[in-house]
Amino acid sequence: MGKLIDMIRQDVRFGDSLKACMNCGVCTAICPAAEFYDYDPRRICDTVQRGDEDEIERLLTSDTIWYCGQCLSCKTRCPRGNVAGELIQVLRSVAQKMGYYRSSEKGRQQEQLMKGIGQNILEIGYCVHPDRVDPAYHPEQGPVWEWYHDHIADVAPRLGANYHGDGAGALRNIAQEDLDEVRRIFEVTGGMELRNYVLPTEEKDNE
Amino acid sequence: MKRYWNEYQKEIADDHFFYERSCIRQTFFAGSETTFLRILREELDKDICDNPHQHTCTGIGYHSDVVPFETTMTVVARLFSLMTECGYKNFVPSCVTSFGVFTEMMAKWEENPALKEQARQYLWEACKREFEVPENIVHSSDIIFKFREELKPKMRYQLVNRFTGRPLRVVEHIGCHYAKIFPHHGVGKAEFPYVLAGMIESWGGEVVDYPERRHCCGFGFRQYLVQENRGYSIANTKKKFESMEPYEPDFILTNCPGCAMFLDKWQYTIAEMEHKTYDQAGYGIPVLTYEELTGLLLGYDPWEMGMQLHQVQVDRLLDKIGVAYKPEEKYLGVGGKLLPTPLKPEILKQ
Ligand code: SF4
Ligand code: SF4
Repeated sequence: MGKLIDMIRQDVRFGDSLKACMNCGVCTAICPAAEFYDYDPRRICDTVQRGDEDEIERLLTSDTIWYCGQCLSCKTRCPRGNVAGELIQVLRSVAQKMGYYRSSEKGRQQEQLMKGIGQNILEIGYCVHPDRVDPAYHPEQGPVWEWYHDHIADVAPRLGANYHGDGAGALRNIAQEDLDEVRRIFEVTGGMELRNYVLPTEEKDNE
Repeated sequence: MKRYWNEYQKEIADDHFFYERSCIRQTFFAGSETTFLRILREELDKDICDNPHQHTCTGIGYHSDVVPFETTMTVVARLFSLMTECGYKNFVPSCVTSFGVFTEMMAKWEENPALKEQARQYLWEACKREFEVPENIVHSSDIIFKFREELKPKMRYQLVNRFTGRPLRVVEHIGCHYAKIFPHHGVGKAEFPYVLAGMIESWGGEVVDYPERRHCCGFGFRQYLVQENRGYSIANTKKKFESMEPYEPDFILTNCPGCAMFLDKWQYTIAEMEHKTYDQAGYGIPVLTYEELTGLLLGYDPWEMGMQLHQVQVDRLLDKIGVAYKPEEKYLGVGGKLLPTPLKPEILKQ
């Protein structure tokens, strides 16, 4: 494995994400993650720009890179055309390839995300689907969601949805031939490799 | 104030659209997608394809870092290939996250043709498919914006408070990925987006400006999807509510399905956690999708559009607009089937 900074630079998104940061802090000023967490996109850009391997390794093994909410508000405002949120995507990708995500509490949450969203995509062809928004795990969704979740087979057709039906329409079952093509894309492009690496072992054993 | 949005208007195709459904909108606002197609076909007499072979763009997984760039790029290529196969050139995503993903891939291909070639190779290897890049890509809200004046004479109601005769005061919230990533893809660009404000003004309402108008709704992908992180999400949404509260908006209008869901559900959560609501009467501020708003003004049944699925109830807003609706039909199932009604929250009035 080469140097971390080389791996970062090899990502096709890197060139767009970091041109030349002048450390002005505008991105940090508008960043919702910076308001909530001890997080500073300006410092992330600065660390990567300096290219110090030890510092980059510390960053990739920390919680810090997992704080960004991917709103990309930073893209609009950076006077140099940098995109801190896109640089974060690159860093997270390297942290996963190197296994560094396992060193931090926030990084290890990737397993949950892979088990949820990652598996939804491959199994049903949706990132999110009402069957998989369980009220027990989503108390913030409130009692109306619980009602819909319990009665969706009766309510969805009234909304013109094709819930678990074949053919077109909202909430239809996605045909096996289409799911197979999506899975093939994951196999050919590295999606399955990442999934197999990050998915918790017990989930793989269940298959 | 100078109206900067006038200086920039993007191109929005006139007809023959390929619709890409949204996982989040189908999950929380399935009736909004039905309404959008109905408006296009029945009111505007447009041709729009609802292809059965479509699937997620993977956008939520991409921004949660469980799907690599190359995979999302090739899934996008497959969706474009469905469009190509059916003979369409105008691509219309329902989801704002998807809109951001599609425009991102198109921008990357434009500046790096070798990457587009790689997408072609991947897609061929995986699916034996070929694709063309759309000639026109717009978010579905752009189409309603474009035809807002054409829809107006067909509308039964206006955004006017029938008790006071005054325009309804509306807060609009644009999904971050609509114009913050690629400002030239948004009507009015990122700083003065006009896509929803234009609808509100055309249909008789008053757009309320407030300090945190451009702040993110708080979704944050992994910051909501992982239960332990949800403090981020609710804290950012709360910041918006606190900022809009003094302006006493009648409702919030959104073009992103995720934002609509969070702005609705977090009002319930905040009420239950802190006994706080952001309207004086304790009912919360209703949140509408732009499809629901357009359908309502056209006289569509609110319950057939799924407006009973909001946690902040819309009934008082319907009364203000003067919409004729049947309260007794709100919680019926298909074919008039009687269903139990949802439990009531403790604090948020229903
Ligand atoms: S994308 Fe991330 S770094 Fe950029 S403003 Fe949003 S939360 Fe902050
Ligand atoms: S706004 Fe741009 S130039 Fe300024 S600190 Fe952030 S990334 Fe660097």
